[in-house]
Amino acid sequence: MKKMIFPTILCLLFLAHQGLAETINGAGATFPYPLYGAWAFQYHRYSGIKVNYQSIGSGGGIRQIRERTVDFGASDAPLPPDELRKARLLQFPTVIGGVVLAVNLPQEIRLDPSTLVRIYLGEITKWNDQTIKKLNPQIDLPEREIAVIYRADGSGTTAIFTHYLAQISPSWKAKVGEGTAVKFPVGLGAKGNEGVANYIKRTPYAIGYVEFAYAKQNKLNTPFLKNRDGSFVFPSFESLASAALGADFSAKNHYYRFITDASGKESWPITGATFILLAEEKKEINKKVVLFFDWAFKNGDGKAKELTYVPLPEELKQDIRNYWKINGLW
Amino acid sequence: MKRGRKEGIAERVFAASTLIAALAMPFVIAAIFYTLWQAAYPAMEKFSVGHFLISTDWDPVRDSFGALPNISGTLVITFLSLVFSLPLSLGIAIFVTEIAPNPLKGIVATAIDLLAAIPSVVYGMWGLFTLSPLMGSYIEPALKSIFAPLPVIGLLFEGTPRGLDILTASVILSIMLIPYAASITRESLLMAPSMVKEAAYSLGATKWEVIKGVALPHAKVGILSGIFLSLGRALGETMAVAFVLGNNHRIPTSLFSAASTITVTLANEFTEADKEIYLSSLFLLALILFVISFFSLIIAKFLLLKERER
Repeated sequence: MKKMIFPTILCLLFLAHQGLAETINGAGATFPYPLYGAWAFQYHRYSGIKVNYQSIGSGGGIRQIRERTVDFGASDAPLPPDELRKARLLQFPTVIGGVVLAVNLPQEIRLDPSTLVRIYLGEITKWNDQTIKKLNPQIDLPEREIAVIYRADGSGTTAIFTHYLAQISPSWKAKVGEGTAVKFPVGLGAKGNEGVANYIKRTPYAIGYVEFAYAKQNKLNTPFLKNRDGSFVFPSFESLASAALGADFSAKNHYYRFITDASGKESWPITGATFILLAEEKKEINKKVVLFFDWAFKNGDGKAKELTYVPLPEELKQDIRNYWKINGLW
Repeated sequence: MKRGRKEGIAERVFAASTLIAALAMPFVIAAIFYTLWQAAYPAMEKFSVGHFLISTDWDPVRDSFGALPNISGTLVITFLSLVFSLPLSLGIAIFVTEIAPNPLKGIVATAIDLLAAIPSVVYGMWGLFTLSPLMGSYIEPALKSIFAPLPVIGLLFEGTPRGLDILTASVILSIMLIPYAASITRESLLMAPSMVKEAAYSLGATKWEVIKGVALPHAKVGILSGIFLSLGRALGETMAVAFVLGNNHRIPTSLFSAASTITVTLANEFTEADKEIYLSSLFLLALILFVISFFSLIIAKFLLLKERER
């Protein structure tokens, strides 16, 4: 009898543990981390299930889900269908954000895509260059060197930004290319969105790119950018939402879509979604993950807007639910 | 003397466990080396090691990687920070042991030791928020106006001073290194035989002559140890330098160049490296740093041994 006590207690503890703290583990992009954290907190209150998200970067998230060491991965840069097939992954977007430019200048200025590319290529070196002056005839631009700032660490923000530059400039595509880390021809590298925002704030005549939320929080001077339809747009929740509307995500290619250079008069040109990656064969775990995001789709829009993310349009959410159903997760 | 059986066993167990502990260290080092080698192998295959060492390319999009910018950044910053910190450390150690009035000795010594207690991340943050703007707005432009017109030295002061460059990073690193060299030098100077010093004073030597002729020669081994301790620290420093270095994968050509070191590149790019060749190249960088540190330690030990023999 005595010999039975210890194993019995062990079994009981084991069973109790299974029923108690259920945890879903995810890792990846830093961009949506504040939002996923807030959603996880509220979801835990609602369902008792803990969602544990580690923001280690998009590259890290992709690596972890490939190795099946996490329940879901998160990435700002979507994986193309053939890579998804090779790694046996499923993919869907959760929320939309924007990459904006920020400058350390006293005035509000306008830029257009080709000028932006030439600044980042190092071809335009001073603020009072003719090309910039032409876009801003009323403004007295200083004869100072432009301090170009980029992300030193691998980042989804860089992926979206360089994708946009490669999309609108064959010259950029040939000389630099796109990705979470690229060889920027000129400039200084800062760590994280926070680092870039900081460098811009303290370096006069600087220009850099950051996630919209960081520009807003740090009250950075964000230039107007000319979009595909020819209008100079100011970065705002409305211009991001407008870009999201035009986006034609399709379940057929697992939502592999960059929504930069979106059409629409009010659309902000450098917009992107952030994605969740799931391991195809883990049906039970995926069902739980999908339940969390469905709850977030239904109840999380307010929180998203509060943290300056753009929620997905309702039709897209329904489309994603269909995608889940087709793949046996819903 | 008769020893009981139990005591004999205890002795042997004690000896064996200390032996295991001692052998564990080389084992760990070998294991680390093996892991680095294994992970770096794909990069070593794709770009032969020689080519990797001299290539200046760091292009994650085109999968072309080279170590030269990072190696040069590491070496330049290490060299500059040693150049800045060693005279200061020596001066502080001499001041505390020979020149300072007694009440001041304790205060200065404690203050220097406190410098070592500050985490390197905090140094980095202080550097970014306080030192870097000072350097960029006042100190560096002043230096530039003085030195840039000069013929050869002027080349070191080219470029727009922004406070995010090797000069600022070296200054911060040198502040971090001062406690290491200063403490060891101080201890060694204290061990200089006071009888010899008294003899020198009685022969009419001035304070400085005593320091130069008696105290310093006796402290040579300690000073060398301090140098090599600082060298090891400087080679491996990451966070203090990462915030203010400018992170530009280019061989630094002037004091105002933004650059990158091996440690900073690893810290920045490791978690996002999604392609195998990218990750492998980072591991190869780590392996190169491991080898550099290992060899500088060997040289250090060798020089210390020779100095002790004298």
